[in-house]
Amino acid sequence: MAYDKFEILTSTAVPLPIENVDTDQIIPARFLKATERKGFGDNLFRDWRYNNDETPKADFVLNDATYSGKILVGGRNFGSGSSREHAAWAVYDYGFRCVISSFFADIFKGNCLNIGVLPVQVSAEFAEKVFAEIEKDPKTEIEVNLPEQKVTILATGESESFDINGYKKENMLNGFDDIDYLVNVKDQIVEFAKNTPL
Amino acid sequence: MKKTLFDKVWDSHVVKHVEDGPDVLFIDRHLVHEVTSPVAFLGIKNRGISVLYPERTFATADHNTPTINQHLPVEDPLSANQLKALEENAKAYGISHWGLGHQKNGIVHVVGPEYGITQPGATIVCGDSHTSTHGAFGAIAFGIGTSEVEMVLASQCIMQPKPKKMRINVTGDLNFGVTPKDVALYIISKLTTSGATGYFVEYAGDVFENMTMEGRMTVCNLSIEMGARGGMIAPDEKTFEYVKGREFTPTGAAWDKAMAYWETLHTDEGATFDKELTFDASDIEPMITYGTNPGMGIGISKNIPNAEQVEGGVSTYKKSLGYMSFNEGDGMIGKPIDFVFIGSCTNGRIEDFRAFTSIIKGRQKAPNVTAWLVPGSHKVEAAIKDEGLLDIIHEAGFVLREPGCSACLAMNDDKVPAGKLAVSTSNRNFEGRQGPGSRTLLASPLVAAAAAVTGKVTDPRELMENVVAG
Repeated sequence: MAYDKFEILTSTAVPLPIENVDTDQIIPARFLKATERKGFGDNLFRDWRYNNDETPKADFVLNDATYSGKILVGGRNFGSGSSREHAAWAVYDYGFRCVISSFFADIFKGNCLNIGVLPVQVSAEFAEKVFAEIEKDPKTEIEVNLPEQKVTILATGESESFDINGYKKENMLNGFDDIDYLVNVKDQIVEFAKNTPL
Repeated sequence: MKKTLFDKVWDSHVVKHVEDGPDVLFIDRHLVHEVTSPVAFLGIKNRGISVLYPERTFATADHNTPTINQHLPVEDPLSANQLKALEENAKAYGISHWGLGHQKNGIVHVVGPEYGITQPGATIVCGDSHTSTHGAFGAIAFGIGTSEVEMVLASQCIMQPKPKKMRINVTGDLNFGVTPKDVALYIISKLTTSGATGYFVEYAGDVFENMTMEGRMTVCNLSIEMGARGGMIAPDEKTFEYVKGREFTPTGAAWDKAMAYWETLHTDEGATFDKELTFDASDIEPMITYGTNPGMGIGISKNIPNAEQVEGGVSTYKKSLGYMSFNEGDGMIGKPIDFVFIGSCTNGRIEDFRAFTSIIKGRQKAPNVTAWLVPGSHKVEAAIKDEGLLDIIHEAGFVLREPGCSACLAMNDDKVPAGKLAVSTSNRNFEGRQGPGSRTLLASPLVAAAAAVTGKVTDPRELMENVVAG
């Protein structure tokens, strides 16, 4: 599924300084029953966001009007657990285009890249700085520059570079996905399959 | 060049390498279930493309299915809709479909090996992180997202950078009462849930060589819980014996050819790993978790560590214990429990039910415990009956349910109520994993059985015969 191109994102950010945020928290299993990709943002962090009676939990960051933006800043080992792409869909559908963390779980990171959410892995020190700046000023802006692979806290000018492989970077910049690529090399795949018995 | 087992299988499946990017990896076998596939099928439909090799994809319904009254229509309309979508998609594209009620139905990672879909040296993917299970056969098997499910349907390939390699050795002999689940929980407790992120693991050493295929599946299944994409064990005589004669296993000349390949599947002497760890089997005792991720596990006789003793953030640790209503320094033995769940792709195979029944035999289910016994497949269910285990289950006051993922992720009605404490043989103890507000202690089938008959966390060795000294 194609997604919007990603080049430079400048936005305020929502802090979630909790470690090991697993995909069951990002979207609980009972909300995985859809057969189409829509509406997952409503259930992003469902059980941290709402009480059993559906009222919002006032102390959860998504319910705090102080914080908003297209960048989610998570604690270490963000997105561990289940491979459900629904977690990345929920993040995207809610309105985030970028997640910053000092460490990502593997499958979640790959899923994000496949659907147009940019996972930006920074050092633990830089992540701490981002959290501290947001705490100081919730309206502080972060710039995520994909062409230059650089993330900057605009208020202080502090920045750090981040990794992404050249192929995925091109995809994100252009809004391409892997199927576009794979369909183009179908002949090579079919040739390969001839020598690969079932 | 000296190669690891992982290198041999991975390298032989690379269709092409993309410069400054991933490998295009050919997938031999693709398993799909009802929850992570519908959007992928919709995707190829919208693109106007078909399934390239439908004979390489196998569909089973498991995540979202009831475990009682499977002969009746599914009550939840959303679940019913997902099951119907799987059936229709499979039919539209000519994919084998083992839906609810089909005699081959069961949890995707249980039925794959049972029918010989899982084979040594194969690449196997599924939109489910516990696909790592199939690594027990010397396959490269790992979980993928729905976009990748769509890729495999469209092209039989996915695009993945080659992971780093880690070898985990466990040497020596396991202590009495220590099962493959305990070995895995022990390793995860040492590595944490992110210790193997970015790696593909090979398990080696006496403990894994001596383990049954079922045990190896349990260990490989839990690889993802330490962050690894997958884990694998070199195939040996035990593997070949298990695979032989199953429905999708090669026969005749094809078998001989396959065997010639499979016998090369081991890490060469002198091949190198990016990381290597060795543990001593004698250090492992029956394990139990106390927190909200699978890395928060301890020997059952130990006390919950203090925040200062664990790696990582103190506030996250305290939040976790707060959710569990446990305190630092608490012992686990004697904690009253409410639910017991035996099942899942981790511990829902026949060997797990043998272990469970070995303890409940001649005892009675504790009155305060609700127990869900859920076989991993109809084949497991049949074996439970054939081996006489069902009689033991009934005599002890338990009921056997029908196959499915069930309370492992609680997508169906098998939900542990808020605040209740469950001892579960499944794979995740995340907040609310077994139902909103539920609290989970992960453990082996022996520990689960001991809890089921005593109503509290109990060291299973106290209930087992033939306790060997030391």
